[in-house]
Amino acid sequence: MNKNLYSPLIFELSHKGRTGYALPEYGKGEIGLPASLMRAEEPKLPEVDEPTVVRHYTNSSNNNFGVDTGFYPLGSCTMKYNPKVNEAMVSRAGVSALHPAQPAATVQGALRIYRTLEKYLAEIGGMAEFTLNPFAGAHGEYTGLRIIRAYHMSRADEARRKVIVPDSAHGTNPASAAMAGFEIVEVKSLPDGTVDMDDLQSKLDETVAAMMMTNPNTAGMFEHNIPQIAEAVHAAGALMYYDGANLNPMLGIARPGDMGFDVMHINLHKTFSTPHGGGGPGAGPVGVRKGLEKFLPNPHVIEKADGTLDVEFGEDALGRVSAWLGNFTVYIKALAYILSLGADGIAKVGPLSTLNANYIMNSLKDLYLLPIPGPCKHEFVFDGLIDKSTGVTTLNIAKALLDYGFHAPTIYFPLLFHESLMIEPTETENLETLDKFVKVMRDIAETAVSEPEKIKNAPYTTPISHPDEDEAALNPIVKYADLQ
Amino acid sequence: MATHRYLPHTDDDIRVMLDRCGAKDFDDLYSDVPQSLRLKKPYALPEAMSEPELDRFFAGIAVENHEMACFAGGGFYHHYTPAVIPALLSRSEFYTAYTPYQPEISQGTLQYIFEYQSMMCELTGMDVSNASMYDGATATAEAMIMAVNAAKKKRRVLISATVAPAVAQVCSTYASSLGIILEVIPEDGGVTSETELKEMLGAGDVAGVIVASPNYYGIVEDYTGFADMCHERKALFIMNCHASALGVLRSPGEWDADIACGEAQSLGMPLNYGGPGLGYLCCRKALMRKLPGRIVGATKDAAGQRSFVLTLQAREQHIRRQKATSNICSNQGIMTLHASIYLSLMGAKGLRRVNEIGYNGAHSLAKSLVETGKVKLANPDKPFLNEFRIETVAPLSADTFLDALAAHGILGGITLSDNEIIIAVTEMCTPAEIDRYVSIIKGM
Repeated sequence: MNKNLYSPLIFELSHKGRTGYALPEYGKGEIGLPASLMRAEEPKLPEVDEPTVVRHYTNSSNNNFGVDTGFYPLGSCTMKYNPKVNEAMVSRAGVSALHPAQPAATVQGALRIYRTLEKYLAEIGGMAEFTLNPFAGAHGEYTGLRIIRAYHMSRADEARRKVIVPDSAHGTNPASAAMAGFEIVEVKSLPDGTVDMDDLQSKLDETVAAMMMTNPNTAGMFEHNIPQIAEAVHAAGALMYYDGANLNPMLGIARPGDMGFDVMHINLHKTFSTPHGGGGPGAGPVGVRKGLEKFLPNPHVIEKADGTLDVEFGEDALGRVSAWLGNFTVYIKALAYILSLGADGIAKVGPLSTLNANYIMNSLKDLYLLPIPGPCKHEFVFDGLIDKSTGVTTLNIAKALLDYGFHAPTIYFPLLFHESLMIEPTETENLETLDKFVKVMRDIAETAVSEPEKIKNAPYTTPISHPDEDEAALNPIVKYADLQ
Repeated sequence: MATHRYLPHTDDDIRVMLDRCGAKDFDDLYSDVPQSLRLKKPYALPEAMSEPELDRFFAGIAVENHEMACFAGGGFYHHYTPAVIPALLSRSEFYTAYTPYQPEISQGTLQYIFEYQSMMCELTGMDVSNASMYDGATATAEAMIMAVNAAKKKRRVLISATVAPAVAQVCSTYASSLGIILEVIPEDGGVTSETELKEMLGAGDVAGVIVASPNYYGIVEDYTGFADMCHERKALFIMNCHASALGVLRSPGEWDADIACGEAQSLGMPLNYGGPGLGYLCCRKALMRKLPGRIVGATKDAAGQRSFVLTLQAREQHIRRQKATSNICSNQGIMTLHASIYLSLMGAKGLRRVNEIGYNGAHSLAKSLVETGKVKLANPDKPFLNEFRIETVAPLSADTFLDALAAHGILGGITLSDNEIIIAVTEMCTPAEIDRYVSIIKGM
């Protein structure tokens, strides 16, 4: 990564009269629409030649840090290595020029990708069937909760308007439940981060539609009471929803379906190695146990008696959550990942991700405050440094890490602790990388005592340092025209 | 445990690491997972494939996919992708990064999102753009929700019958979970009925009105007076537009719309069997704090250097939880980079050329098809850009029409009913393909 900021905007490289395109000569002639339907003036887009565009974005990329740049222990985000062959397979699969309205007979390969991945995810999740249509984890949560709503409605059980969410849950869970039209009820966590069974029992009644959980939870702890939780929730007539954000450590160990979950989503961009792309596109496939398949959103990919595949719209489906069949290229990458690892490789992912996390935790717990003793699963949370006298905060530690060529962990989440520092190494990091990270974290802890100001003023080597975020929110400048 | 190229642990590494953890084996690390829940048998998945085997597997898939000369649109269009784009998108500093939580090492991502926001504001004529949404349909659903949130007590939203059905259906899904009453404004001769709209707005309980430009039939509707009509009744005017067409068509800003939303796949993104595309969502400044999703803003760092950061996060779910403007906690990331590069390369002139080629090709095809006597234009008096609706003349049915073309590798359009088809033309449709299209129909 570059240490110096590459700062011009493409607009600032614009020079009147330059162009960066080559289009065919045919189809010339004015657009003959009434002037009242046309723009009064051209949009002010940059006028740049092709080499300028290429240099601009190449230089800009040098101010960015990705998994390919270095270790990215961002808790709950599962920043594992994104295999290059997955990218190559996107062009190999011959889907780039397929229009979603093409007749099924001409897209059997694409439909086979969908169907194959769907079946593999069902096997890994312990579910009966999946839809791949949702675009992201949050979109999957919304879809899954609508399936739960459709299930209750099909039983004329309309009073179930509440979703129970642990207080340790990611903010997306309650936000998705609200969007799906549910009232949110929080259930307390015990000091070890797991669900308080007594509190849960007191909140279960005939108005509860579902209990929404990650397992392991956001503190990286396995909810060992899960069989009892599922039993209690089911006894109350509600369903269990599994947020697949933390599925990675469960690969090869246990399946959400076997834990008693009825509906789940998987973040393909976490567990199944597809790139996060600076925010997307992701994919949040949703799986359901037997009996709930008919509620999956339209369109469905179905297998006909003759073995060919088709796209169908079912009558009992909750409706449509996407125009077409989702972020198709993401499935190709996830499928390539599963096939590259195979049954045995996939089963090693969970244990190795858990081993990596426990290794870091045990190597640092004498300097960083471990509020919940392990073993953890794929991630764990420190509540800042043990020595609070230095005034060095989690934010300071996160920024100091940037100077050493590491991405920061997730900070100030979960909300269970004041100084949360959530570390998730993933299974694709080798021992040397973990050792380097441990050494740097120890150096930071020691410097926090000897020279606290040095840590508080970090970072020093990044392209920018201490951007004024308050000013950005107070006087929003959100486009180039605002800068002028 | 044998190593795999993605799993670097040797047996020695594992021993050292388990020792550090005070564990004798992996089971010790999973002692909290009840035995009753443990995986009882190996996954029923294939064995690991080597790279050559994987390559053969996907080559086998490709054989079952048949590219067609594409005259289908309906919201997804086959445009050219300049070679620069895949080359730059493959910079892994971009695509292997996550959401730019640490601005110090994410200026690359933040900068291209800022550029994307700027360009979308130029195209739509709006003040603010977010960092993008999943697709055009969900972006429109979010626009609907914004209107209801902005109106506080009003729960009725109107959507024109001329908006693409997939978009309307996704809006309907979201409306049904939020107690939003979504009603359809009937069409009149292929365009939104102004008389019906006026009547439906009459009660004064409408939060927003959603229309499309061009509409699902390809018609460029004249929305003169629509914004005023909405604003008089305190309803927001929401326009769903194809991004590429905004290069030439009167912008939502010029129509005095409050929110602009839609699909930006038409900015040269490969069809990829329907995804990923790119949903965009832009609005007037007054609605900025109701806008869902990420927003990037400019500021200065301690040394006074211009810097970019995620901003106005108080709207978002990680702060507001169930009170957030939306549950979205990502954007379409790398696709916004695609849009920025495409719009940089094309500029206003290139976008105009793309629209000219589509306009002239579509008008030439429409004229020739009508001349065959096999079809007529469904709305001969309405202006269109690069997509139009035809009606087949009995006994010719829409299915027979499209099947004849499909037999020659042409995707002739999208069926709307037994005798209606929408047909789109882009710069990817050559004059020779247009001629072939016509001669096949003539020969029927």
